[in-house]
Amino acid sequence: MDLLRFITAGSVDDGKSTLIGRLLFDTKNILADQMEAIERASKSRNDGEIDLALLTDGLRSEREQGITIDVAYKYFQTPNRKFISIDAPGHIQYTRNMVTGASNADLAIILVDARHGVAEQTRRHSLIASMLGIPHVVVAINKMDLVGNSEDAFLEIAKTYQDLALKLNIKDLTIIPVSALNGDNIVDRSKNMPWYTGETLLSVLENVNVLKDKNTTDGRFSVQYVIRPQTEELHDYRGYAGRLQSGSLRKGEAVKILPSGTESKIARIEFGGQEIIEAGVFESVTILLEDDVDISRGDMIVSVDNSPIVSQDIEALVCWMDDRKTLKAGDKYLLQHGTARTKCSVRSIEYQIDINSYEKLDEVESLKLNDVARIVLRTAQPIAYDPYQQNRANGAAILIDETSNVTVGACMVE
Amino acid sequence: MSNEVSMSISVKEASDLSDQGNIDRRKPDYLDQLEAEAIYIMREVAGQFERPALLFSGGKDSITLVRLAQKAFAPGKIPFPLVHIDTGHNFVEATDYRDMLAEKTGSKLIVRYVEDTIKAKNLKEPTGKNASRNWLQTFTLLDTIEEFGFDACIGGARRDEEKARAKERIFSFRDEFGQWDPKRQRPELWNLFNGRIHKGENVRVFPISNWTELDVWAYLQREGITLPSIYFAHERECILRDGRLLYNTPVIEKDPDDQIVTRQVRFRTVGDMTCTAAVESSAATLEEVIAEITVSRISERGETRIDDQQTEAAMEDRKKGGYF
Repeated sequence: MDLLRFITAGSVDDGKSTLIGRLLFDTKNILADQMEAIERASKSRNDGEIDLALLTDGLRSEREQGITIDVAYKYFQTPNRKFISIDAPGHIQYTRNMVTGASNADLAIILVDARHGVAEQTRRHSLIASMLGIPHVVVAINKMDLVGNSEDAFLEIAKTYQDLALKLNIKDLTIIPVSALNGDNIVDRSKNMPWYTGETLLSVLENVNVLKDKNTTDGRFSVQYVIRPQTEELHDYRGYAGRLQSGSLRKGEAVKILPSGTESKIARIEFGGQEIIEAGVFESVTILLEDDVDISRGDMIVSVDNSPIVSQDIEALVCWMDDRKTLKAGDKYLLQHGTARTKCSVRSIEYQIDINSYEKLDEVESLKLNDVARIVLRTAQPIAYDPYQQNRANGAAILIDETSNVTVGACMVE
Repeated sequence: MSNEVSMSISVKEASDLSDQGNIDRRKPDYLDQLEAEAIYIMREVAGQFERPALLFSGGKDSITLVRLAQKAFAPGKIPFPLVHIDTGHNFVEATDYRDMLAEKTGSKLIVRYVEDTIKAKNLKEPTGKNASRNWLQTFTLLDTIEEFGFDACIGGARRDEEKARAKERIFSFRDEFGQWDPKRQRPELWNLFNGRIHKGENVRVFPISNWTELDVWAYLQREGITLPSIYFAHERECILRDGRLLYNTPVIEKDPDDQIVTRQVRFRTVGDMTCTAAVESSAATLEEVIAEITVSRISERGETRIDDQQTEAAMEDRKKGGYF
């Protein structure tokens, strides 16, 4: 059985948490004591209706305000697949938390309130999904019951969304009319919308092909740690511990160490101390080389005939996440890419992207919290990257503020 | 005293990595994915921090962590010590297992006692019905972190356990007072974990954040790991209190309404004896335990943890104070 990570995004009252609650409830993944706790909490609040949203709003202030502030993870399974649901906040103030949730998602569910149609938040969340390269997007047009389950209303919103999607990079788009509150087209097909003949939400979640989304062609291995037991019997053992970011590597394969460019051959690959012949994408293994070369944390081992770009000058889309300081040309940060960390300085802000209209804004002086822009960076050491849209794992980087140590930027290298 | 548990505590399997021959590693399986992610996180800890520690309790989640750490650093030893904050109210089966596993894996074991903190700091112990030292562990934990200068503490918390935990990052930053600030968590993007801290601060790291209770059981079964015997059905003298079965030990203050009963039970979680309830069961093997949990309609903490029942935000409050 495999695993699907999906994020749900939408505006404040679009019913995201209710949707997750509904998915868990209808797939029988809510346990008796959890249900009782929700019933108790529902009774002490508002009108006593069972509020499935209470399942995911885990923090005291979230329950008090009735909003989602930070990403909540929920786990459930059906006979066909295991799911990690990432419930992301909808409010613009918490966009950085949505980006956090979106960075690891295979699929995004974007909720649209059928009464209001495509809203500013829909546009923003769609841009983030596209920018972060989430391979599958499902637009769930929710609260269909409140527009009389009208096919015309659905088609109109769907058309508006399709036009919007043309401006973005969305590889696989599905649009479904739902009612999270009533459970229509979530797990079971709705009797209220006989005109809808497409898939239910759960059916999309269960059937989307995630294996195809993985980059299996570019062999990239970031060295995390050097294993040197230095015992008598393992005196000369030198194993490079790391994870295949993409592609695969085989015993006997000719490889190159980056950024130095030194070449060698894979002598042995181990998993948990046992020899294996080949390591595939996302596997955590240990690699031993034939030659005694100087390798440490931050270096990358790649296939000799398929090399990433090695450069100190990089351009990236950045989502700025610091609420205390802005980003300006000339600012210096630490860039973390794979396991490598290097100082970098911001050469320039090329343009900012208006996250609602998608327009490019020129001559921008500085970026503030939740701004998205294309920036040019110069790094102290070269980094070995692939363009993000080809290789999510090896095109991603973060900016760290050296004084506060906080993660302040999400970079998608282009 | 309870009947002696006849099942021997064997940790041979738990420390032996050689028997993995029949696992087909090429099939995309969620356990392989979760394992690879957890090993990656373990190695990030070793790569990014100077003085990490693995918080070990003898429970199934920390046993899983030790296995993952072994795999992450094989054929080398685990490059950090196992640290146990002992309330003095732990099950002897769990502490025996802890000692043996540390020995078998060649890991350094550090044990610090809540009892000592209570004496040194003149702390007031909670008394009365359902009194537990569990929360006092925070003091001992923070003292231990300071004593050894630990900059990262690996823990076995899972996001499916509890709703405050569902919100926590994998690298969870704690300030110099050990506090978690849920409103100011660092963004955690892709697999790029930011472990940079100032002196005195530390990071709690949760490699099995994305595992569910069943994933842990399935993994222990797949890896052929023998658990402490209290995880399997055995006869035990218990206190029946408010529908829950607590071990009849002197450390639990008796209540007039308590009934003393002998039942066939197993423990679904293993924590402090004062706040961990047993479940009635006849499951004697991992397979049978998994079968029972699969059909159980009650969550792990709901069934067995008394400390979470007190308020809706019990865990959130403990975490803000520096708890695991």
